[in-house]
Amino acid sequence: MNTVMTSENLTSGDIVINGSVGTPFCDDAKMSMRNVNVFYAENQAIHDVSLDLAKNQVTALIGPSGCGKSTFLRCINRMNDLIPQCKVTGSFVMDGAELYAKNMDPVLLRARVGMVFQKPNPFPKSIYENVAYGPKIHGLATSKSELDEIVETSLQKAGLFNEVKDRLDKPGTGLSGGQQQRLCIARTIAVSPEVILMDEPASALDPIATAVIEELISELKEKYTIAIVTHSMQQAARVSQKTAYFHLGKLVEMGDTKQIFTNPSHQLTENYISGRFG
Amino acid sequence: MTKQDPQTMPRSAVTEKIELGLAKRHRRENIFRAFGLTAVIFGFILVFFLLFDITSKALPAFHQHWVKVDVNYSEKSLRYAAGDNLADLSYRNTLRKSIYETFPEVKARRDKRQLNGLFSSNAEFAIKEHLIANPDHLGTTQPVWVRVDDDVDVYLKEVEKLGEPLVRIDQKEAQWIKTLVDNGAIEKRFNIEFFTSSDSREPELAGVRGALTGTFLTMIVTLVLSFPLGVAAAVYLEEFAPKNRWTDMIEVNINNLAAVPSIIFGLLGLAVIINLFGMPRSAPLVGGIVLTLMTLPTIIIASRASIKAVPPSIREAAMGLGASRVQTTFSHVLPMAMPGILTGTIIGMAQALGETAPLLMIGMVAFIVDVPSSFTDASTVMPVQIFLWADSPERGFLAKTSAAILVLLGFLFLMNASAAYLRRRFESK
Repeated sequence: MNTVMTSENLTSGDIVINGSVGTPFCDDAKMSMRNVNVFYAENQAIHDVSLDLAKNQVTALIGPSGCGKSTFLRCINRMNDLIPQCKVTGSFVMDGAELYAKNMDPVLLRARVGMVFQKPNPFPKSIYENVAYGPKIHGLATSKSELDEIVETSLQKAGLFNEVKDRLDKPGTGLSGGQQQRLCIARTIAVSPEVILMDEPASALDPIATAVIEELISELKEKYTIAIVTHSMQQAARVSQKTAYFHLGKLVEMGDTKQIFTNPSHQLTENYISGRFG
Repeated sequence: MTKQDPQTMPRSAVTEKIELGLAKRHRRENIFRAFGLTAVIFGFILVFFLLFDITSKALPAFHQHWVKVDVNYSEKSLRYAAGDNLADLSYRNTLRKSIYETFPEVKARRDKRQLNGLFSSNAEFAIKEHLIANPDHLGTTQPVWVRVDDDVDVYLKEVEKLGEPLVRIDQKEAQWIKTLVDNGAIEKRFNIEFFTSSDSREPELAGVRGALTGTFLTMIVTLVLSFPLGVAAAVYLEEFAPKNRWTDMIEVNINNLAAVPSIIFGLLGLAVIINLFGMPRSAPLVGGIVLTLMTLPTIIIASRASIKAVPPSIREAAMGLGASRVQTTFSHVLPMAMPGILTGTIIGMAQALGETAPLLMIGMVAFIVDVPSSFTDASTVMPVQIFLWADSPERGFLAKTSAAILVLLGFLFLMNASAAYLRRRFESK
């Protein structure tokens, strides 16, 4: 068989990442990131990454563990602001507005760029309250019936409504893992974001629940721009239109998913997707 | 294939090695369990003995002996003239005369004084109130029940047990008491006054109402000040404050503050709150402020630990939806941390409830007969009342002391029960 390559000899060896290859930019970009560097105290987690998220498309961020794809994702809606000692440089532009500008309110930003996390994290409240929380804090509903409607449509879009419609007042934490994750997606949709960031949304789920989520993602891209971090290459191949391959904090290659998985340009990408390491 | 006995089953070298150590491991486990169980049983026995001892000592305080006096409300002994106010008559004289009529054989002056001593000093007021309530009894002889003196009360309660007179009651007095008992003029009643009256120098009149009200008012001040301040400080330090040298220093100092002897806080209260700010002495307001200083560190430390224990994923979930920090804190972090915060609060409040030393410094140790009606009235608190009674030489205070401890424990129990109820509500949400 092949010799197992570790990430170390990949960079110290003959393969050197020298800027990214492929097509990281596109014409109908919802978000454009340029020259992004992220530091955790002294550690640089992201090195000079530039890429676009295409509108109404699913962009998959793949790469071995610790390559910085989650960090990058969390920078997009400024969740990294919460981590002290985390420093972000570079430019993040959504619809022409710089996200890290002084006058950009992270609260508004996070309402427009929603996030679904790796581990389902419903609030320890009722299913209804979980979905209603976002619209409530943003004042999106003026009446109880309007709120009811938002909750119902959000749950429907997340494909959960039929399963929970009789127990909306039961705690969200009592649902199964897959249901919880769909509840979290419903909660994110409820504030009508423009972009949804998903950080390995199916990694804690069984194959059936995963399939449901993947189907859901494919449907959601009709309305939303989606970026998804995943460890499963099959998942990336199934749900995404664009794929970005990260390695040790650098963007190695980005392009159409079909092209990345069938004919990668970079040696590292090929090694990774052919399962030689990762 | 037949099943094999695990003892004779063929085994690998590793299995044998594990088996060799098994007995030792099980033994260790059993020893540890035995230790744990012993500790629990020991604790239970101690608590049981404590409660049993206090309760058995306290029981006599809940009853009080009353004696019937046939009071002759003659106008002569009352020195009553038409139009006189019934409140201003000579009741002491009347009471004495009535007592002497009951024991006509007592002639000597000294004996008469001794005989008078069998009745509570409060008796003359009792017969006065009787007449004021029934003005038509003027000029008639009426049976009126009055309290016996505390020495007589203790004697009556303990003579059954001991069978011999106590030092404070001599043979003559014992004979008079026997006569009264034989005549059916002595009655044991439930001592409701223990709960409805305040402190007194006379054990038969002393009650806990003043101290209980003082404790209640003081605890309210403490709770109202220390809970919001403590939780706000904890929330700020945990959720909002930057982590730097200053906040580290504040944390260390809060921990140190929790270990400061409580009397120091009393000195601070005396020097700053009373002398500098000129607040009234002996007041529940000042007591509450001093106890707040003492309770705050406990609440802050417990609240911080509890807030820290809220999973970060919940904060991320709320922030990811666009909730601000304050919204995240108040709608998710605090409710989840609330059970722990309440536990810390109740520990702090229980400490404050039993605290005596700092209150001595701010004058809550004074002898106060009135029930405080506001936060600035002079008052005392239960533990100080217990301390005062335990310090009194009268034997009647012995049972009162234990009874007051029981009342204090009851107060504590109620406080804990309400906290447990609130906890349950927050946990079920």
